[in-house]
Amino acid sequence: MKDVDIADLRRITDLVKTKHGYDFTNYAMSSFKRRIVRILELYNLNTEGLLKKLLDRQFTEEFLNEITVNVTEMFRDPSFWRILRDDIIPAILLNHQKIRIWHAGCSSGEEVFSMAILLKEMDLLHNAQIIATDLDTNILEKAKKGEYTIKNMELNEKNYIRFQGSGVLKDYYKEINGKAILDKSLVADVSWRNHDLVKGGIFNKFDLILCRNVMIYFNQALQNEVLKKFHESLFKYGYLAIGSKESLIWCDIANKFIVVNNEEKVYKKIKD
Amino acid sequence: MSKFNLHNRYKAVVIGGSAGSFQGIVKILSSIPSNFPLPIIMCLHRLKHVRNGFVEALSIKSTVEVTEPYDKQNIKKGHVYLAPANYHMSVELGNYFSLSTEEMVNNSRPAIDITLGSCAYVYRNKLIGILLSGANKDGGLGMKYIKDKGGLTVVQEPTECMIDTMPKAAMSLTTIDHVLRIEQIVRLLNELHKLYKT
Ligand SMILES: C[S@@+](CC[C@H](N)C(=O)[O-])C[C@H]1O[C@@H](n2cnc3c(N)ncnc32)[C@H](O)[C@@H]1O
Repeated sequence: MKDVDIADLRRITDLVKTKHGYDFTNYAMSSFKRRIVRILELYNLNTEGLLKKLLDRQFTEEFLNEITVNVTEMFRDPSFWRILRDDIIPAILLNHQKIRIWHAGCSSGEEVFSMAILLKEMDLLHNAQIIATDLDTNILEKAKKGEYTIKNMELNEKNYIRFQGSGVLKDYYKEINGKAILDKSLVADVSWRNHDLVKGGIFNKFDLILCRNVMIYFNQALQNEVLKKFHESLFKYGYLAIGSKESLIWCDIANKFIVVNNEEKVYKKIKD
Repeated sequence: MSKFNLHNRYKAVVIGGSAGSFQGIVKILSSIPSNFPLPIIMCLHRLKHVRNGFVEALSIKSTVEVTEPYDKQNIKKGHVYLAPANYHMSVELGNYFSLSTEEMVNNSRPAIDITLGSCAYVYRNKLIGILLSGANKDGGLGMKYIKDKGGLTVVQEPTECMIDTMPKAAMSLTTIDHVLRIEQIVRLLNELHKLYKT
């Protein structure tokens, strides 16, 4: 088992930042360190070796793929998706005809397909404008394809049943060559974009932002910064959904939000 | 004064357990004083997609309320924390939790090795690690990390375990300071409590 100390981590983040413009300085240390160790083992490198390889742009892309944690599910936390369908989306529709949604840190797209299915079952798919972003270009390509392993589909099916969708998940995919190929028409209007929450700017205004299980990889200082961006990117009375084990209460601008559902961690912007 | 060789400079107790550990955990939590001087950090294998119920079941008999921490929540003495379903739970320098959805480790999320490993890194020789009954080797490496940093290692007596794979894995990987029955683990924790009072 390889090990890295804080000084090594610093050298790595400094290099990636100055040379390539990605800033991992404020990532949560415990998981970031495990990711670095994982990369060292994967490529059989020591810190020096890694630093050398990180001078190369192409390798740095691979590095980004590995550093980010892409584990995701369709309808992760089914009770959250029920709240979305039964409370949040109807509330948005009271004031807006079109629903603008941003999936920040969409990973391989399961969350986006889930949203599209939910909207389709509400007959709202064409009233929605969805933008899905991630830092990791590789995973975005995967998301666009919408091909998942059959093994993962078992879990996705279970989640969908708990979500109490109006059909069966099989309605939305075909099994080809041992893979589940999701119905592309679901995401035909989705705009997939490469966007870095750390360095990237504000690019649109939304009624609903989902950023679930992404900010857990950041330290509190960075969570604060990113929350400011979400605040700016939301219409007044727009909604922000974070992971069920995340909390905003200690952020500087927490008072600009109210908790709409504490169990499922849905917040609403109430002040500009 | 006692065979456990304790002192009062510990910063935390971390407990790992899996199959067959529930009764033991309940026994421990119902027998510690309600003003226990350290945080108790628990990583127990659990159903990945059942978010509710476990923490409540553990709380019923516990002298201290058991909670699942939020990401970046501060760690306080006298509190009992349980790793939430489907998340790995780590401790950070600065004494707070981080959660993560990284790949499963030893087929588990939460993985005991991750919680124990991060505790060892942060608390070093001021940590007590306790590993209970379980059917896989998760936690074994974690106990080694704890020992390597100078912490105190305790496993449940294998003959008392419903399934002894877990404590045995730890015993084969590192030096275990105390091999104890649940009842003796309770005694150790109570002795610890007394040391902090004086
Ligand atoms: C664990 S996945 C979350 C997927 C999904 N939202 C869910 O809850 O299942 C975290 C994602 O955040 C992305 N991510 C990490 N840092 C990021 C950053 N600075 N900007 C944008 N995305 C980032 C990762 O690439 C990864 O795909």
